[in-house]
Formats: sequence, C-alpha cells, structure tokens
Amino acid sequence: MNAAPMLELRDITRRFEKKLDFAGRIAQRLGAPVREEIVHAVDRVNLTVRKGEVVGLVGESGCGKSTLGRMVAGILPPTEGTILRDGTDIKALTGAEARQMKLRTQMIFQDPYASLNPRMRVQDIVGEAPRVHGLLEGAAFDDYVDEQMRRAGLDPGFKRRYPHQFSGGQRQRIGIARALAVRPDFIVCDEAVAALDVSIQAQILNLFMRLRKELDLTYLFISHDLGVVEHLSDRVVIMYLGRVVEEADTETVFRRPNHPYTRSLLDSVPRIENRKRAFSVVKGEIPSPLNPPAGCHFHPRCPLAMERCRVEVPKLREIAPGQRSACHLNDQ
Amino acid sequence: MTAPTLEVRNLQTYFFTRAGVVKAVDGVSFSVGRGKVMGLVGESGSGKTVTGFSIIGLVDPPGRIAGGSILFQGRDLAKLSEEEMRDLRGNRIAMIFQDPMMTLNPVLRIDTQMIETVKAHKKVSTEEARQRARDTLGMVGIPSPDERLKAYPHQFSGGMRQRVAIAIALLHEPQLIVADEPTTALDVTIQGQILAEVQKLCATTGTSMIWITHDLSVVAGLADDIAVMYAGRIVEKGAVSEVLDKPLHPYTHGLIGSVPSRNKRGEALRQIPGMTPSLLNLPLGCAFRARCPRASEACIAEPIMAEILPGREARCIHPHLDASEAA
Ligand SMILES: Nc1ncnc2c1ncn2[C@@H]1O[C@H](COP(=O)(O)OP(=O)(O)OP(=O)(O)O)[C@@H](O)[C@H]1O
Ligand SMILES: Nc1ncnc2c1ncn2[C@@H]1O[C@H](COP(=O)(O)OP(=O)(O)O)[C@@H](O)[C@H]1O
Ligand code: SF4
Ligand code: SF4
Ligand SMILES: [Mg+2]
Ligand SMILES: [Mg+2]
Repeated sequence: MNAAPMLELRDITRRFEKKLDFAGRIAQRLGAPVREEIVHAVDRVNLTVRKGEVVGLVGESGCGKSTLGRMVAGILPPTEGTILRDGTDIKALTGAEARQMKLRTQMIFQDPYASLNPRMRVQDIVGEAPRVHGLLEGAAFDDYVDEQMRRAGLDPGFKRRYPHQFSGGQRQRIGIARALAVRPDFIVCDEAVAALDVSIQAQILNLFMRLRKELDLTYLFISHDLGVVEHLSDRVVIMYLGRVVEEADTETVFRRPNHPYTRSLLDSVPRIENRKRAFSVVKGEIPSPLNPPAGCHFHPRCPLAMERCRVEVPKLREIAPGQRSACHLNDQ
Repeated sequence: MTAPTLEVRNLQTYFFTRAGVVKAVDGVSFSVGRGKVMGLVGESGSGKTVTGFSIIGLVDPPGRIAGGSILFQGRDLAKLSEEEMRDLRGNRIAMIFQDPMMTLNPVLRIDTQMIETVKAHKKVSTEEARQRARDTLGMVGIPSPDERLKAYPHQFSGGMRQRVAIAIALLHEPQLIVADEPTTALDVTIQGQILAEVQKLCATTGTSMIWITHDLSVVAGLADDIAVMYAGRIVEKGAVSEVLDKPLHPYTHGLIGSVPSRNKRGEALRQIPGMTPSLLNLPLGCAFRARCPRASEACIAEPIMAEILPGREARCIHPHLDASEAA
C-alpha cells in the first residue's frame, strides 16, 4: 500500500498579472505611479486529498476555484508551491513519466459544448487520446470507444455523430467518456453540472457516483451549489478571495461550521424546506481580487470583525480533529 | 374577493418556423393576486420565458399570440396595439431579465437612463426625476446612490447591475413585475440580498410578481403560489407549501425528488429518466408519458388540467393522491 496521499498541495500560489494598457504604459513612462496590477487568484493553499475521497471545493465567483482546479489537473503551472502526486513532486518528472502522470488527472468542465471540438465525431473525441497515448493495446479502436460510451450512458450507435447533435446532458456524458478513456485515477470536475436542468443534473450526478465506485476514482468537485456538494462530498473546502477559509468533513461543515464566512454562505442558500421566510443577508459585495481587503479578506463583510482582523491575516489551523478554520475568533 | 391583478386564460403563443409550428406556450392559464408572488418553474425550453414575453408584449415574429387572453386590471393585453402596450410597459408592468444589460444601455450614465425612464411616463422636472431615481436605488439596497448615479453600467459588478435594473423596473411603482431568472447568474450571497429586497418590496408596495426560475428552492422561500411548466403547458399549480410538500403530478414529484437535499447523502439521487421531448415532435397524449413511472395505456388520451383537490390543479390521469407519497 502506498502511504502517501493521492494529492498534496503545498503552499500553492497562482498570480496573474494584468498588463498595463497603452495609456497606462505612457503614464508610467512619464513618472505616474501606475503599476501592473496583480491578481492573487490562489494564495498559499495547502490541501491533501486521499485516495478514493470526494473533496468538494466551494466559494463564490472569482475566489480561485477554477484556477486551483486547473493547477491540480496540470494545465496551469503554479507561480509558487509544490504539487505532489502519490508523494512525487510533479515538477521533477520529465518526458514519458511526465506525460503519463498528466493523463492520470483529467478535468471535466461546465460547458461541455465549448470543450468539445465541433468538427470531430464522438468516436474520435473519445478515442483519439487513448490511441495517441498507446492505451488501446490489443483492443480494437471500435470496441474501446463503444465501451467508453456505454459506461458514460451513451448509445455507441451514435458514435459517428457530431457534438451539436446531442443534448446538453448527453454532451456532458461525452466529456466524461473522453476524460475516462485515458484511464485517470483523479478527476477534477469544474461546475460539471451547473449548466444542466435539475432532472438531467441528477442523472449526471448519479453517473459520477457510480463511476467512482466502478473505477475507484478520486474527485475534486468544484461547485458553487452547496446542495450538490453536500450530497456528493466526503470533505468540503471553502475558499474566499484566493484563500482557504475552512475545511472539514461534510457533516461538520454543514452542521457545525466555524468560519463566519462559511456560516454566512450556508445561511444565504435557499432551501426547498424553507417557506415564505425572510432571506438572511450577508452585507456587502465580494471585493475585487485586484485589491483585496488587508488582514482577513472577509473583514468588511464579517459581522464579528475586530480591530485585529483589519491588519493581521488569520492562519488556517486545526480547531477540532479534522476541522481547519482561518479566523481570529478561534484564538480567544 | 378582489379581482386578481393578472389573469392569463388559455394563452397560446406559437412560433411559425420553417420546421413547423412550435407551440412554445399551449393553453396556459393562471392568475396573480395583488401583492402576491407567483413562481413559474420548469426546465429549459418549457416555455417560461415565452410566457413572460407574451404578457409584456415582447414576442417577436415568427412568434405570435395565437389564442387566449391576458387580463391585466380588466384589460386584455393580447388585444392591445403596440403603442398602447408600450405605454403600459415600464410604467404599470415591468420586466426584469436574467441579463441586466437587456435593460441597461452600456453607453449612458445610470442617472441619464433613470431620468429618461421616469420622464417617459410622467411629466416631472429633471430634479424631481433625479430624486425619484435616487430613492429607488436606495430602495434596492444600493449604498451611496448619489455617487452611483454618475457611473456607467460597466463600472458595476453583476449583482449591482441587476439591482440597478430592478430599480429601473420599480421607478413607476408597477402593479406587475415579470422577473425572468434575475438571480440565476449571481452568487448566493448576492442572490440572498436581492431576494430579501424583493420580498420586502412586494409586501410593502402591493406589487404583484411573476418570478420565473428553474430553482425550486428559490420559489419555496419567495413565492405564494407556484405553476410548474412542462413542454409548453402548466402541469400543476397551487399554493407553494401544498405543491412542494405534496405534489400531485408525477413530473413535479420527480423534480422535487431529484433535489439533492431531498435525498440521503451519498446515495443515488432519485432521477427522472430520459429528457424533455422536442416541441416539434411531442408524443401522443400526455407529453410526460415516456418518462413517467405511473404511465398507463390511458395516458395516450391527453390529460386535461383539472381540480384534483380543493385549490389544487394538475394535468394528470393518475396523480399522486396518497399522503404517504410525499416526494
Ligand atoms: N488568465 C487569467 N488572467 C488574469 N486573471 C485571471 C485569469 N484567470 C483567472 N483570473 C482571475 O483570478 C481570480 C480567480 O479566478 P477563477 O476563475 O479561479 O475563479 P472561480 O472561483 O473559478 O470563479 P467562478 O465561480 O466565477 O468560476 C479571478 O479574479 C479571475 O479574474
Ligand atoms: N424565436 C423563436 N423561434 C422558434 N422557437 C422559439 C423561439 N423562441 C423560443 N422558442 C421555443 O419556445 C420554447 C420555449 O422557450 P422558452 O420560453 O425560452 O423556454 P424557457 O424560458 O422555459 O427555458 C422552446 O422550445 C424554444 O425553442
Ligand atoms: S478573522 Fe475576523 S473578520 Fe475574519 S472571519 Fe474571523 S472574525 Fe471575521
Ligand atoms: S397522465 Fe399518465 S403519463 Fe402523464 S403524468 Fe399522469 S400518469 Fe404520467
Ligand atoms: Mg470557475
Ligand atoms: Mg428562459
């Protein structure tokens, strides 16, 4: 047995520079105090995912979920920090080993249509990568594609069709078949059911759960829908403006949230059980990630903010077994 | 009982396309009382937007209202001229869209747009109009409205833009607002803020509202009544608490059952098999037949909307009547 976790992120940071426009560059040359703006999309995130786990990643728009997911999937390099896969630093790998490792993590996106080549037939969308990477072994191309399609709930009889000839839910199945065709053991789902209707969403979520068992998969499940995350995840990570603010097993996050942001977020979620009830309200807007508030990023909206919160960044630390939170209130 | 603010009777809105007649709305009836919120729910393509557009008079060719009536304070909107409709729109009836840029003009300052809107329907001075704009922005929870009035739409976040669009809809204290998925694209904390403001407004101003959404949880908290659409028709309607607690129609039942929080964590969600049929190729009889667990031979005859329990209507031959069948 391998003791190392499936995935470990150590102090992962990703910055994006917003380049100055023409007027900005001129102004800078003339001595004006303008600088290139820097977005800390992901700011020193530590995260461990064990084999077979489903980790839900939630947070509001722009908090860095997709950026983190893309780094995990190896399609965006971190600015700083280390990504370990089964204990191996992926930066240390080269050549065939690096390619092999990259295949082991696959990503499934929100908009299946945008991520599928409209001019390719489904059989090529699903079968191309395995062929290129020599995964077909003895199996005939057709049989392999049929199997992948069937597993994702698609009729192999449609394999000569193009993506536009499918409904939204079926396209998501094509995306899933494509991702699984290269035999990954880790899947990053980025808002994979967000664009689907409720009844189709339930079908796709069930497919994810079935595949997890069948293929022994591990998931990082990114979603802004807390109901979906609660249903599917073993553990939940909550981000706010690039930082992890709380992390715990699903039960704890939803029953005993610690961080004031987590609590606000849970209170804001409409629930089908609630009737004609006053919606509870978190004050203020999500600040611009170009210029996040100092100290605790949440302090301008936090009902419990203290003087200290304005200046000092709270550390993410264990407050109960398996529960981590980044709030100064836990020091008192 | 006082007359409802809006009464839609047997509305038919069809699109006459080359591929055939798309019956996007086919025999829809409902009413909305004063100060009440009616949630119109259904999956994409079920006809929610077209219903809203029909009421507000924004259906474009090849579409048109092919039948039925839309009684608003006693007048049939389906029979008004374009000019009479324009006079009502933005004045006594307003619409809020999913994309606030459907309402906002990107090249005009907010104050210019709001003042113009006020003056379009009311003879007031610019200063009075500005005052009205400022008050309305305050009403939808926009901080420092004076400052915000001088800004352009692109200087606002998505949530702020939607608030401005809502403020514009409120300028003339309309009796009816049709809101088409106005919070779907927003973050939950921002959605929560807007829903809270809307709830307060309806309670204090007596404005009636049709809130279109695919999110049953939003309707649960916001609306008094609910109408569920499927393939261009209402299949069930009634008071929110009754419909969500004891759905009669198998489709409503299935929808509620597939909401994750209605299922045991980690277990397979109850799901409705298959997908919505094309409106150009509806099955004979009940449109839900191919997906319905209760379907029988009898469902080949088209079910009609009928009062199955007092105040509870559904379009189904075998409704869920047993109390133990709560979704
Ligand atoms: N290529 C890029 N260049 C510049 N900034 C970027 C880039 N990608 C992301 N960002 C910025 O990084 C931050 C985090 O973005 P990210 O897409 O990871 O957010 P998210 O949590 O996935 O949001 P959403 O819920 O809207 O998908 C945002 O402020 C975004 O504008
Ligand atoms: N301009 C149009 N031409 C043809 N069909 C249309 C047009 N607009 C809408 N429809 C059809 O009307 C039906 C209902 O659409 P819509 O009201 O937008 O659904 P919803 O808002 O419930 O998602 C759909 O089948 C759609 O394709
Ligand atoms: S650190 Fe302070 S501002 Fe941040 S969440 Fe805790 S109490 Fe609120
Ligand atoms: S009429 Fe028949 S097919 Fe249609 S919903 Fe009722 S039971 Fe199902
Ligand atoms: Mg994203
Ligand atoms: Mg719509």
